[in-house]
Amino acid sequence: MKRFRGFVIKEFYHIFRDTRTLLILFGMPVAQILLFGFAITNEIKDVNVAILDMSKDNTTQEIGNKILSSNYFKLYENLSSVLEIEPAFKKGKIKEVIVFEPDFGQNLTRTGKANVQIIADASDPNLANMIIGYTSLIISDYQRELAKENSFLFQIETEIKMRFNPNLKSVYMFVPGLMSVILLLVSALMTSISITKEKEMGTMEVLLVSPLNPLQIIAGKVIPYLLLAFVNSTVILILARTVFKVPIVGSLWLVVFECILFVITSLSLGIMISTISPNQQTAMMISLGGLILPTIILSGYIFPIDNMPILLQIISNFIPAKWFIIIIRGVMLKGSDLSYVWKETLVLFGMSALFTFISIRNFKTRLG
Amino acid sequence: MRTILFLLRKEFLQIFRNKSMLPLIFIMPLVQLLILSNAATYEIRNITFNVVDLDQSRFSRELVSDFINNGYFKLNNVGFSLENSEEDFKLNTARLIVHIPKYFEKDFLSNGKTKVQFVINAENSADAGIIYNYASSITRMFNADVIAEFQNTSTSKALPLINIEYSNWYNPLLNYKTYMVPGILVVLVSLIGMFLTGMNVVKEKEIGTIEQLNVTPIKKRHFIIGKLLPFWFIGITELAVGIVTGIIVFNIPLLGSPFVILLLASVYMFVVLGIGLFISTVTNTQQQAMFIAWFFLVLFILMGGIFTPIESMPEWAQIIAYFNPVAQFNRALRMIMLKGSGLPDVLPALYFFVVYAAVMMSLAVWRYRKTEN
Repeated sequence: MKRFRGFVIKEFYHIFRDTRTLLILFGMPVAQILLFGFAITNEIKDVNVAILDMSKDNTTQEIGNKILSSNYFKLYENLSSVLEIEPAFKKGKIKEVIVFEPDFGQNLTRTGKANVQIIADASDPNLANMIIGYTSLIISDYQRELAKENSFLFQIETEIKMRFNPNLKSVYMFVPGLMSVILLLVSALMTSISITKEKEMGTMEVLLVSPLNPLQIIAGKVIPYLLLAFVNSTVILILARTVFKVPIVGSLWLVVFECILFVITSLSLGIMISTISPNQQTAMMISLGGLILPTIILSGYIFPIDNMPILLQIISNFIPAKWFIIIIRGVMLKGSDLSYVWKETLVLFGMSALFTFISIRNFKTRLG
Repeated sequence: MRTILFLLRKEFLQIFRNKSMLPLIFIMPLVQLLILSNAATYEIRNITFNVVDLDQSRFSRELVSDFINNGYFKLNNVGFSLENSEEDFKLNTARLIVHIPKYFEKDFLSNGKTKVQFVINAENSADAGIIYNYASSITRMFNADVIAEFQNTSTSKALPLINIEYSNWYNPLLNYKTYMVPGILVVLVSLIGMFLTGMNVVKEKEIGTIEQLNVTPIKKRHFIIGKLLPFWFIGITELAVGIVTGIIVFNIPLLGSPFVILLLASVYMFVVLGIGLFISTVTNTQQQAMFIAWFFLVLFILMGGIFTPIESMPEWAQIIAYFNPVAQFNRALRMIMLKGSGLPDVLPALYFFVVYAAVMMSLAVWRYRKTEN
């Protein structure tokens, strides 16, 4: 035990004496949370639209104004002919063209039927989907008002209640996701080179001839980073709560506990990468090139897993961040307690155990 | 010239001898492209929903069956308490509750006005908006059907109807792969390029072999060119292979000219490599270089308009995005491939890359010193 303590202290010195790296380790996650927390959103705001109004009457004017005054859209230009639509899109400035047919208002009052066309630039299909959704919602709103003015009977009103996020802020969804992506990447990157570095520098030999067993060496490597990652997750949590005003409806202790568990999972993932890589470059390439995109895309951080094809839903089960995101959104936003998230918690436990087991199995006590 | 050839040979030998890196450089990106391109979609189907029908009338049952038969929704369970039903939000088994109050039908028939409530799990704000849109349009259609039924018997005025037609240009079927493939390719090529160059020089520093290079008579620029060209080739090859794979496997269109892409990519690669090289000249260990490269990569990727639209970002972030080479290349590549934009349309991006590359290279050459101080 005394030997082990000595080893842990050595590892601490290693990390804390390299102030430059330390600064990077503490500064970067904070900078990232702040930057991305503000910048990454898929809310529609001030999207440039062009209007092709072939009718130019009161009704089209009213609808146009209603759309443009909604904060979602902003007029970029007025088009005067169908031929101008294509070049306008190609320049890449506008995302939507709204076309009113000739005699729109007259058609509406006389025949009770008028046509409007919404053309979206679907080279970004997500945006196109949302733009069309918002525009048609505004137009049908207008239609409903029209119906009300004419005291039209037999209406079914829809009432809406958005649970857990009444103002539909995308911060609520993105900040917990961001926490898990950053924590996973930082933690895994930190430990992924810990053992390979000793191998590459030749200091591994010294460790191997010491009486420490593989488990102790691995644990000794992880403990200092665990402390670092814990400080990081606390800072990130505080930022999420104070700067981004993400509520913590559930128990704070549960959140902290899950953070520690997730950090351990990520650190052991890093150690596992470290034991299977022959040199630092390979280890870094696996943890950088192999983790960034799958974690961002398959964890449910940006793209909801429910909407993915079945095969990818299965693959996403292997992404640790996926489970943490479910837990953290559940506890922070919905106030779930352990009885709702015990399955996900168990998965994280299992993953940590598996990664540690593989690391010990792969840890070679002989060189070459 | 001969010096450069020798240097190139050395670098290529080093790359191809490192057996553990080869699959990571050449196979991993392709695997990721093939798998991850399928992931992104906001097209929501199979929305699980609960029904709390307190009316139990003919109308309410018809409305519920409209939801079930619509194709977008999937019934999870039916209950009589809104509170119990909301428990399913926490278990993630339902995303919407259709709450039909008592006297739903009666109010409609006697007062001409009635209400239905939708409770939505809005944890995911974007999905919640779309779910509401679907739900309210089903209700509108139901409303119209019911009115049509009554039209004959009562003397109600016809509801003015605005018919909304949609068209999605450049991607009429909203195929998300055509959107994801260029984006993921840009990320992978940038990642490989920046990482490999970033690690390369700093590794020579850390192991000490840079001393050997420093005492040779090669010039600074020879050294830099020798370090960059191999990765430039790798990057361009991977981009080409990736685009061809995208066309064959995912059927994504290539409307514009491949030569414009090649031209743009050639310059773009120098930007990425220049950033990598600059990082390696300002750091001392591979660990530091990796963390800095990681920071910028994640920054470039997440703020590059690849997964979330740049238009949604706040003003200051859009300014940062303008100086983000990944964002610029991603935008240009999507424009060329999906919209068939030509050279004049992407000329600003090209100029931008030329200046960017020149600046990064000069910085790297300036920072690289043969002598220790």
